[in-house]
Amino acid sequence: MEGEARKKKIWALIIIGFFSLVSILTYAYNDYYIYLSAYLWFGLIYGMCLQYGRFCFSSAFRDLFALGVPRMVVGIMIATLLFGFVSSFVTASGFSTFHPSPSGIHSMIAGLIFGVGMVFAGGCASGSLYKTGEGNGVALLVIVSISVTQSSVASLGGWFNRLVPESWHASAISKKLPAAINVGDGWLDQYLAGYVWNHPKVTFASLLGMKNETMSGAFAGNLVTGVILPALLLLVVVYAIWGRKGFTREMLKDKKVLGWGDHLKGFWGMLRSSKRTSIAGLILGIACGLQMFVIEGLRIKFGVRNAGEILTRLGSDFGVSVRGTVFDPGYWYVTTQEAQWVGWVMQKLGVNNMDNIFFGYINGIPNPALNPADWMSLALIGGAAVMALLNNEFKFKKPTRELAAWAIIGGFLMGIGSRLGLGCNVGAFFVRVSNGDVGGWLFGIGMIGGAYIGVRFFNWWTERKLARELAGMEI
Amino acid sequence: MAVKVEKTGDGVYTLDCTGYVCPHPQIYTKKMIEKIKPGEVLEVTFDNPSSGESINALCVSAGNEIIERHQRGGKFIFKIRKSS
Repeated sequence: MEGEARKKKIWALIIIGFFSLVSILTYAYNDYYIYLSAYLWFGLIYGMCLQYGRFCFSSAFRDLFALGVPRMVVGIMIATLLFGFVSSFVTASGFSTFHPSPSGIHSMIAGLIFGVGMVFAGGCASGSLYKTGEGNGVALLVIVSISVTQSSVASLGGWFNRLVPESWHASAISKKLPAAINVGDGWLDQYLAGYVWNHPKVTFASLLGMKNETMSGAFAGNLVTGVILPALLLLVVVYAIWGRKGFTREMLKDKKVLGWGDHLKGFWGMLRSSKRTSIAGLILGIACGLQMFVIEGLRIKFGVRNAGEILTRLGSDFGVSVRGTVFDPGYWYVTTQEAQWVGWVMQKLGVNNMDNIFFGYINGIPNPALNPADWMSLALIGGAAVMALLNNEFKFKKPTRELAAWAIIGGFLMGIGSRLGLGCNVGAFFVRVSNGDVGGWLFGIGMIGGAYIGVRFFNWWTERKLARELAGMEI
Repeated sequence: MAVKVEKTGDGVYTLDCTGYVCPHPQIYTKKMIEKIKPGEVLEVTFDNPSSGESINALCVSAGNEIIERHQRGGKFIFKIRKSS
C-alpha cells in the first residue's frame, strides 16, 4: 500500500516536471510562449484548488436540494466574493480583461438547461475537468459530450434555419458581418447576431450610473451591489431554509428559543463548516483575479490585444478568425476551448466550420497545441491529477453503461446551455457575477432552477432503483 | 451494475456504491439513512472522493454520527450510526 502511494507521489512530481519543462523549453524557443504558459500555470492552480476543495458548482445546488447540505454553496460564494474583490482592484487599475455580455431572458433559459444537465452528468463543466484529473472516465465522457454538442450547435444549419424567427434573420443580416461568415445561414449565428447582440450589456455599476473602471463603479457598483449584497442574501436564504436546523441543533439542547446572536453563531458555523471547500474558494477567487492582471500585463508587454496576433507572429495563423482573433478570455473559462478541440478535429476531417460566428468570427479554431485556453484546461486536469495523486485519491474508473448514458445526456444539455448562455458555470456565472455583470445572476438563477428540476428527477430515479434492491429485505 | 445493499447483522447494513460517481453515493446514502431505524448502523463503501465531503456534511447536518472511516486503495468506507 505504501509503495503504491509513493508511486503516485512520483507521478505527481512527473506531471509538475512535465509542465515546467514545457514552459521552460517553449520560452527558450520564443518569448511569446510565456503568454501560453501564464494560462497553463493558472490552469494548474485551478485544478489543484478544485480537487482539494471538491469544488463543483453542480454539487453546490444539487447537494442543497437533494441532501440539504449547504457547504458547497458557501464555498462558491466565498470564491465569488474574493474574485469580486480582486476583480474590482484589477478593473479600477485598468487591467481588467473582462467585458460584460448581453443580458436577457436567454441567460436564464440557458442556465436552466445547463442546470438540469450538470445534475444528470454528475458534475458541472469545471467539475468534470477536475474529476477527469482524478481518473474518472465518466467525467471524461461528459467533457466529450459537452465538446461535441457545442461544436455541432455552432454549425447547426439546414433544417434548423426553419426554426429561426424572421426578425432574428433580418436583424442578423443588418449587422453586415463579413460575407465569409454567411450570417443568414445557421441557427446559432442568427440567434447571436439577430437576438442576443440586440440586448444591452448591463453591469450593476452602469445601472447605478457609474463607469466600471472608476473606483466607485468597480467597488460600490459592481462589488458591493452586484456581488456582496446578492451573495449575502443567497447565504442568508440558504441558512434559513437548509442550514439553520443543523447548525443550531447543539444550542437547542440548552434553550428553547434562539435569539439573533444564536443565529449569527449558526450562520458563522455554516460558513466555517467545510474548511477544505472554503480554503479552495479563497485561493481560487484570488487566482482568478490575478490571472486577469497577469494576462493584461503580458498583452501590454507584447503590444497585442488578442492571442491571435501572437499566434500570427509565431507563424501559425491557421484557424485564426476573420478578425485575426482566437479565443483568449484573459480569465478562467472552460467550455469554448472544449468546442474548439472538436471544431479543430472536424476541420482536419474536411468540414468547413469557419463560416459561422462562433468559430469564424470570434474564437477561431487554432491548433490545440497553440491554443492558450487549451493549455489552461489541460493544465487544470493535470493540477487535479497532481492533487489526487498526492492524496492517494487517483483511481482510473471506467464508466458503466448507466453512468455513460447520464454523462452523455448531461453533457449534451450542458453543451446546449453553454452556447445559448455564452458560457458555462464558470464563464457565464462565476466570472460574470464576480465582475458585476447582471447577466451572470440571470444565468445563475436559471442554473439553480435547472438543478432543482434535475434533483427531482434524480430522486425519482434512485428511489426506484433502491426499492428494487431492497425488495424482500426487512428494513 | 447497481448499488448493493445487505443486512450483515442485527441493525447493521452495508451499502456498496463502488463505481458510482456524484451524486449517486450521497443520494443513496441519504435514502438508506432515512430507511433504517434510529441507532442502527449503515456502512457505506464508495470510490468517488467528492462524495465523501457530501456524506460527511450530510451526517453533520442531520445529526448522524460517523463512527468509523477508512480509506483503502482508492475506496472509502464510512460507518454511520443514525441519530436517535
